[in-house]
Amino acid sequence: MTGFDLRRSLRWGSIAGAVMVFTCAVGLFEAFEDRLLVYPFLSLGHVLLLWFLPLAGYQATNEPVLEGMEAPSKGLHNVVAGLVAGLAGGIVMGVFTVVVDALDVRDVFVRLSVRLVDLLTHGWGVPGGLVLIVAVPALLGMAGGMLHLVSASARRRLILALEWALVVALLEQVFSQVLRQIRLGAVGDIIFTRRALEWWAALAVAALVALLSERARGGVGRIRGYLFAADAARRTRNSIWSALAVLAFLIVLPQLLGSLLSELLANVGLFLLMGLGLNIVVGLAGMLDLGYVAFFAVGAYTVGVLTSPISPRFDLEWSWWAALPVAILMSVVAGVLVGTPVIRMRGDYLAIVTLGFGEIVRILFLSDWLAPTFGGAQGVRNVPGIPVGVAEIRGSQPVGVLYFAFGLVLVAAWVSWALQESRLGRAWTAIREDETVAAAMGINVVRAKLNAFIVGAILAGLGGALFAAKVGSIFPSSFELLVSIIVLVVVIVGGMGNIPGVAVGAVLLIGVLGGPTQPGLLAEFAEFKLLIYGALLVFMMLRKPEGLLPSVRRSRELRGEELSQDAWLDRPSGDVEVDARLAGG
Amino acid sequence: MASSRPVLEFRNVHTHYGPVHILKDVSLSIYEGQIVCLLGGNASGKTTTLKTVLGMVVPTAGEVLIEGEVVNGWRTAQIVARGVSMVPENRRLFKRMTVRENLEIGAYLRKDDTSADYERILDMFPRLKERLGQRAGTLSGGEQQMVAVGRALMARPRVLLMDEPSMGLAPVLVAQNFDIIRQINEAGTTVFVVEQNANMALSIADYGYVLQTGKIVLADTAPNLLANPEMRQAYLGEVG
Ligand SMILES: Nc1ncnc2c1ncn2[C@@H]1O[C@H](COP(=O)(O)OP(=O)(O)O)[C@@H](O)[C@H]1O
Ligand SMILES: [Mg+2]
Repeated sequence: MTGFDLRRSLRWGSIAGAVMVFTCAVGLFEAFEDRLLVYPFLSLGHVLLLWFLPLAGYQATNEPVLEGMEAPSKGLHNVVAGLVAGLAGGIVMGVFTVVVDALDVRDVFVRLSVRLVDLLTHGWGVPGGLVLIVAVPALLGMAGGMLHLVSASARRRLILALEWALVVALLEQVFSQVLRQIRLGAVGDIIFTRRALEWWAALAVAALVALLSERARGGVGRIRGYLFAADAARRTRNSIWSALAVLAFLIVLPQLLGSLLSELLANVGLFLLMGLGLNIVVGLAGMLDLGYVAFFAVGAYTVGVLTSPISPRFDLEWSWWAALPVAILMSVVAGVLVGTPVIRMRGDYLAIVTLGFGEIVRILFLSDWLAPTFGGAQGVRNVPGIPVGVAEIRGSQPVGVLYFAFGLVLVAAWVSWALQESRLGRAWTAIREDETVAAAMGINVVRAKLNAFIVGAILAGLGGALFAAKVGSIFPSSFELLVSIIVLVVVIVGGMGNIPGVAVGAVLLIGVLGGPTQPGLLAEFAEFKLLIYGALLVFMMLRKPEGLLPSVRRSRELRGEELSQDAWLDRPSGDVEVDARLAGG
Repeated sequence: MASSRPVLEFRNVHTHYGPVHILKDVSLSIYEGQIVCLLGGNASGKTTTLKTVLGMVVPTAGEVLIEGEVVNGWRTAQIVARGVSMVPENRRLFKRMTVRENLEIGAYLRKDDTSADYERILDMFPRLKERLGQRAGTLSGGEQQMVAVGRALMARPRVLLMDEPSMGLAPVLVAQNFDIIRQINEAGTTVFVVEQNANMALSIADYGYVLQTGKIVLADTAPNLLANPEMRQAYLGEVG
């Protein structure tokens, strides 16, 4: 049979098997087995367990279409390869089930329990249920293989439709909340049952997406064309309009979301603020700062100590606005103190030393020595909100916090953008690329790097000030290393050195998965949050190191230009000769 | 050609990396409008000499003078601002920045209008015109050399330092490269070029120095060096 490669099918099948075994072993399947997505039959656990199988079945015969080569033929072999891959995955899973059933390995793998076997075999026990365990993956693998038989556009629509049905089901909370907020709560009650999307509603969503997807693609293309118009004057005007549109959207959004979701988004804003700062340090200036949380802590503690009525040492009870300049000043001081010694280091040394500084700052706030000022482990409590006119912005009114966070983020985004386009911004990028040569161009490397550190510190300090007023009490435990790491992941996943990328990263990670202590939209994943963060980071590093949203300016500049640049002999006839040889050969 | 005072001068310069003695009592003079070459084998201290000019390596003894002024201990930015710029060894472009951005960085310290120089450089290297938006790291070796030269010229230097411009280039490109150096010099820029390729360098230079393990062992006009039997044997690839 042409095109059927047994080893390749088996390889993809065993990867799928490994994914399933892993999902079971870490407890993802068991934890979400009863969280229904599509009522009444499909649970999140099933999706997490089985999602890789169609992919493996598809990949088992996925050949790239090469220009000038015969297009790979489609047919039975695709289906067979998918089936074999699925079967292989199913057998791996079957063996796994038998082993778990026969041996008691719970001392080592707590999740591999009798209940797991029960769930996997649908209660049919080991010999009987094995049929299910092998057949379902095989069928899914085959379905993946069959994807080759439809046209590319149909395939795209089908996948998009499936994805959307799952996303709507997963984000039930958002959809029913928004529906309630616009007085269509009844619709939500009809399409959602026990937090799951009714099966017919899932079909309807999928059908709708499939029908509209081509049109939506055109729309995205038009928006891109609009935003990045070739003509500079038009581009400026268009971007002003779109900025206004975004602003209007941001003003309306909290009204649609209600307080629970506003709280989530406010956390997104907070981390976005820090992400923008770290983006300057890591993304632009190329310094891997792992102690970024230190500046966040300095900002939060400064505001806390100056404004709280029960501040351990001071009795100032300043307003947040009066404390803010001090907080920023302290962040700058901290930036200079941490920055000066580390700035001459490179790469890994800088990362390790800043990591140490971050921990030192936290331990200082925790220490008995500074407890008379910062309260040690008790922290600083009763931090008041932010007075704005007659109102006060505080954590108990998330909508207010959200508006305020949006405001700060807009300022920070504007500052980042202006800096990035400035002379200093160019110096940062040059230093990131090649520090020695940057110095030879006359850039004062030490000063530029210190400036990056200080700007980053200011934005983190601003985040800390907002955080203090939002949560009302601050403890050293809010400033663990994990905060630095998560902000870094936000920057990396979104796209280093790219402001909209950082925004996407913050929404996706903090909003959907949740921050270090903040719950996200998928609160049920809380236990697995770090696992997912780690997996995402590894995936991004391997597959999309430029981030989810690489800078569009760059891709516009690069389009088409990098492909046509191989003939390099600088003789007028050079290109011609090469072409002639290729044509002749 | 010789004006009374050199634009760039070393007086008995010594440098060390840690305790290791690299340049040993180096003296040289480069006069306005000249092309001067410094020839030497691997690890003889050529790059170190250029780094010393730029203040990236500080002499442990002796003086570096720019237009008669001692610049020992000046920051690199100050020296660049005095009109010295460099085309580094192996070109070392900012690889992920575009060609245009690379050129702009060259003019980092300039406050005046740079557009005339930009146009001049693009006229000198028309090939770069269609590559302005391309990332520099994806250019061919020859093109990268053009960007590196252009980047240095964007500073509108009075003295251009070039570190082994022929390294890693095909022979046809090397010849072209030295042609460009001559053009730049004819347009009024003093050039101090460091090379292992003695034949090529001497063919365009006015004056040459030969560096051996940190010491200047020969110094003469280019035609004399080319004729010097000792030189021919050691550096010009002639079997004696
Ligand atoms: N940063 C440095 N630290 C220590 N030794 C160095 C450093 N840079 C160069 N050297 C040493 O100095 C000597 C001269 O180097 P260099 O000036 O780069 O030689 P060239 O450019 O002539 O090949 C070499 O022996 C080299 O190993
Ligand atoms: Mg060298």
